[in-house]
Amino acid sequence: MSTDTMNALVLIANFILVPGITYGSQLALGALGITLVYAVLRFSNFAHGDTMAYGCMFTILATWWLQSIGVSLGPLPTALLAIPFGIAMTAILVIVFDKLVYKHYREQKSSPIVFVIASVGVMFVTNGLVRFIIGPNDQQFSDGMRFLVRARDFKKATGLDEGLTIKLTQGLTVGIAIIAMLSLFYFLQRTRTGKAMRAYSDNEDLALLSGIDPKKVVLVTWLLVAALTTLAGVLYGLDKSFKPFTYFQLLLPMFAAAIVGGVGKPLGAILGGFIVAFSEILLTYAYKKLIGYIAGERPDGLVQLLSTDYKFAVSFMILVVVLLWRPTGILRGKSI
Amino acid sequence: MSLLVGESMVGGYGKTTILHNCTIQVDRGEIAVIVGPNGAGKSTAMKALFGMLDLSEGAVTLDGENITSLSPQERVTKGMGFVPQTNNVFVSMSVEENLQMGAFTRDDDFQDTIDQVYELFPILGEKRKQAAGELSGGQRQQVAVGRALMTKPTVLMLDEPTAGVSPIVMDELFDRIMEVRNTGIAVLMVEQNARQALEIADTGYVLVTGENKYTDTGAALLADAEVRKTFLGG
Repeated sequence: MSTDTMNALVLIANFILVPGITYGSQLALGALGITLVYAVLRFSNFAHGDTMAYGCMFTILATWWLQSIGVSLGPLPTALLAIPFGIAMTAILVIVFDKLVYKHYREQKSSPIVFVIASVGVMFVTNGLVRFIIGPNDQQFSDGMRFLVRARDFKKATGLDEGLTIKLTQGLTVGIAIIAMLSLFYFLQRTRTGKAMRAYSDNEDLALLSGIDPKKVVLVTWLLVAALTTLAGVLYGLDKSFKPFTYFQLLLPMFAAAIVGGVGKPLGAILGGFIVAFSEILLTYAYKKLIGYIAGERPDGLVQLLSTDYKFAVSFMILVVVLLWRPTGILRGKSI
Repeated sequence: MSLLVGESMVGGYGKTTILHNCTIQVDRGEIAVIVGPNGAGKSTAMKALFGMLDLSEGAVTLDGENITSLSPQERVTKGMGFVPQTNNVFVSMSVEENLQMGAFTRDDDFQDTIDQVYELFPILGEKRKQAAGELSGGQRQQVAVGRALMTKPTVLMLDEPTAGVSPIVMDELFDRIMEVRNTGIAVLMVEQNARQALEIADTGYVLVTGENKYTDTGAALLADAEVRKTFLGG
């Protein structure tokens, strides 16, 4: 293989594959939570993004405390130790909101749109709590080793012009996301409680007739959502940085991911997460250098299909296309 | 006294009274069938027996115990099994998982009950890993009945089990229902296919506007000229 081809491949890996897989994993974890709420509680939870921020915030606070007393995981970020605390605090939050808000509407047998509007209210309150406690600014909380693969070392080892960078947080994101997804699937497919959740989602009346306790199903769902949101929030925060507003903005790509894959289908959420992530990156990447390696001559322009400022438009476009041509998503979930 | 008795039931939805002094009973090892014209309150009578409807008068007793105030879920734990007319399987779950969900309230090992259901419905054993939603109408009904059998009920109630299936499948389903009856379970069903259902019925109830019009053995009702003329089309 010629050097140019090798350089082109490294370029693709560095600027498209690695960020795409990382971002896709983060979206997939977020979309899984959205899809679970939709499957079991039957509404689109607009508070999901801000719940991620809430979980991440408590993880950050616990991380700072651990750092202040000198606890460290060596090369790994201290935040990993603080995640259980973040999940616990988020679990309390979502269960309190369920008791105060959603339970009322469940008893009223309100229509899904009422739940959606209620969740917008919950979103504002959660958002306010986060800004009140930690403030609206950027927070840094990652520590430990920064890189798994450094561009400079990679260039030296391979002799190529292009370098490959893999951040530790990117590796962690993918690893933790895989573990979380496998555990979730094991839980849903193999355990009695997981099957009860699927049964309740499939046919509520028959589940009640079979003696499945809806209160328990709802509680377990919120616990899973708390774990998934906190994990997604922390992994995103470690990888980029923590800023409350960005989590609100993640809502759109996450919903797009859940809907593209098929709402209510966990596998669809994962598939959708990667589709949205790669669409955003492929459409906003500047292909100038890549074309240079392939064609032997660099074009004058950047060859960027869409400015990065428009990356949210990508999610919108995907949503419109899917809702027009295949409203139930790729894996034929529920129509929203 | 019969195992399950709904005595002089009066009730309906909201302010509308549908059942007027309706009495239904069924005993162990017996098939009782409720037939009648559309809107006669057949399904309503069955729902009343299962507690899905509040009774203003009358009582439901199971093995002598008054269960009128119990919820459907509580009646399941008392030994009643119910197969709804529609949406009676978990379509996204496998046949085996459907049966497991049927046994959700049981804490003991229920593998032997699953094996018994497969013995009764061999096709389910073959398709145990397949999603119930991918099965044919008749096979789905077998899953639905199998799910209800998982709690080892003493009474099995079926709301129009042959609705929407072909005549051949209907005959097969009735054969299976007779096998269920032969295991000593009391079977109560509501049927549109009145003639065929009465052929296998030990007792038949003809309801008209929520009241018992005729009650007799299945064979006697089929032989009754009046019943034939009015309800069975000659």
